[in-house]
Amino acid sequence: MAYGDFVIQRDLNFTINRGDVFVIMGGSGCGKSTLLKHLIGLQRPARGDIIYDRQNFWRASDAERIRILRRIGVLYQSGALFSSLTLAENIALPLGEFTDFSRTEIADIVSYKLALVGLAGFEDYYPSEISGGMQKRAGLARAMALDPEILFFDEPSAGLDPVSARLLDDLIINLSDALGTTIVVVTHELASIFAIGTNAVFLDPETKTMLATGSPKHLLAESKDSKIIQFLTRGEGNVETTR
Amino acid sequence: MKATTGMTDIKDISGHIKFEQIDADTWSIRLAGSWTQGANIKPVEQVLAQLAATTPFARLTLQAGDLDRWDSRLPTYLLAMLDYCQAKNIQADLSGLPEGIQGLLNLARAVPERAGDRRSAQQTPALAKIGMMVLSGLADIKRLIIFIGETVQAGVSLMRGKARFRTVDLFLCIQETGPGALAIVTLISLLVGLILAFVGAVQLAMFGAQIFIADLVGLGTVREMGALMTAVIMSGRTGAAYAAQLGTMNVNSEIDALKTMGISPMEFLVLPRMLALILMLPLLCIYADFMGILGGAIVTTNAFDVSLTQYFNQLSKAVDLTDFSIGLFKSLVFAVLIATAGCMRGMQCGRSASAVGDAATAAVVNSIVYIVVADSIITLICNRLGI
Repeated sequence: MAYGDFVIQRDLNFTINRGDVFVIMGGSGCGKSTLLKHLIGLQRPARGDIIYDRQNFWRASDAERIRILRRIGVLYQSGALFSSLTLAENIALPLGEFTDFSRTEIADIVSYKLALVGLAGFEDYYPSEISGGMQKRAGLARAMALDPEILFFDEPSAGLDPVSARLLDDLIINLSDALGTTIVVVTHELASIFAIGTNAVFLDPETKTMLATGSPKHLLAESKDSKIIQFLTRGEGNVETTR
Repeated sequence: MKATTGMTDIKDISGHIKFEQIDADTWSIRLAGSWTQGANIKPVEQVLAQLAATTPFARLTLQAGDLDRWDSRLPTYLLAMLDYCQAKNIQADLSGLPEGIQGLLNLARAVPERAGDRRSAQQTPALAKIGMMVLSGLADIKRLIIFIGETVQAGVSLMRGKARFRTVDLFLCIQETGPGALAIVTLISLLVGLILAFVGAVQLAMFGAQIFIADLVGLGTVREMGALMTAVIMSGRTGAAYAAQLGTMNVNSEIDALKTMGISPMEFLVLPRMLALILMLPLLCIYADFMGILGGAIVTTNAFDVSLTQYFNQLSKAVDLTDFSIGLFKSLVFAVLIATAGCMRGMQCGRSASAVGDAATAAVVNSIVYIVVADSIITLICNRLGI
């Protein structure tokens, strides 16, 4: 992965299994969000491939790429709701474009998705009229609109108070358990990493590559790499003190 | 403590610094008084110069027994001294300072500056600057070509009935672009017609040919000013708005969100805006033509000895459908240019608030340049063709 000549990360090789809650972690500026951009089709990798179900994402034709994109949902850091549309219209947009549901069916689905994220009754509000945390949850409702197989989260707990962050974590676990959705989370929130992660990759900004992949708890227990231990223990370096 | 108001107050606050030689190798510095913002303190350069003037020594102890109050000024002062000590290989003893200051000093020096982290102010030679300007110009042209290509693709899928955008958005854009601009177009084109009439009338009246004001205003407005003035208004009003809207959507990741939904932002965002402007600008242009002619009529009938009937008779002799069509054609071209400049700058906007401002400015400047250049070319062609 690179911006022009500036290499962000190299030699990344990891697998996300179906049903995983996969955490992309690492210190600030290590390229977590850039990796996410590559995975969701916003930036072409300088070299290498991204493979969805044996289908090569970046070498596929445009039409196929769009078909793959329709199977994923993304929650952006800021929510990225369309500011000119109400919450209901935001969520209804992908439904209206890609399904043949009738108007009333779409309205029902919209209410259901909003209720799932705890925003029942907020259909006719504009994104600017609700708080940042609510925008994020509404963004999640939109990402879930088409019942995607894979959901991507960019820093879901950034800018949320601890209780809301916890609720969002619970929601993620629920989605993964109840719907079997594969979930990919970019985060450096330790509490979240241990609470939800079943698999992870650790990116390091200095060596510009991944240091390890595997379940976060496993990494903490077995990793010999001091950088990973430092990260997973808030720099205390001692395994016993955290859990 | 109350805010300092008089001279006496300022004099009262001062920080003191005292030197003492303890033995051959050791100097001591004692700090006392108030080391706060606004206090009267000897500049650090003078202190360092004094230290440099003494015989070389190896140890410096810093003490602050009688320190009254201090803020960021004291650590800054001390850091400058410590830098000096490091450069001269003098061992500095901080143990005489209050713990708070020691902690801050340690914190400030905990992460040393890495070589190459600081941006050096480089002087770029003029030749390199010119080269970079050419390169960025070329990159701009490349982006323009890509944008035009994508627009054409979106246009093709529109013709095949496959373009994805909300009809509501199209109507909102039309409302904003057309009827929303009526008031300002009315005002400007009426006044431009008035001005044309006055400018012409003064000359024509010299040989009693006031009646030909109608020709001048009619042809001038219909062929040229109507289209040009509406285009300039719309580039400031709509082109800038498009760039700012799309730019803000870019900053807010809304365009990314569309892409990952599998919806083409070119179809969803750019197409309705382009269509709205292409539909509305010619209509506005016709309206502006009539307003301009009306403005001319006001001047001619009131200030010069021409009746309204005469004015319109003369006008219908001078202006025919070809003139109207040329004006309309121009406005169509201008619409495409304004929409392209506005949408392209918006779509390619960077991700900061200042980038949105730059995008809006660039959109207006570009579209006005495009408009004037295109106008000259079309006028030249019409002249050559004799129409």
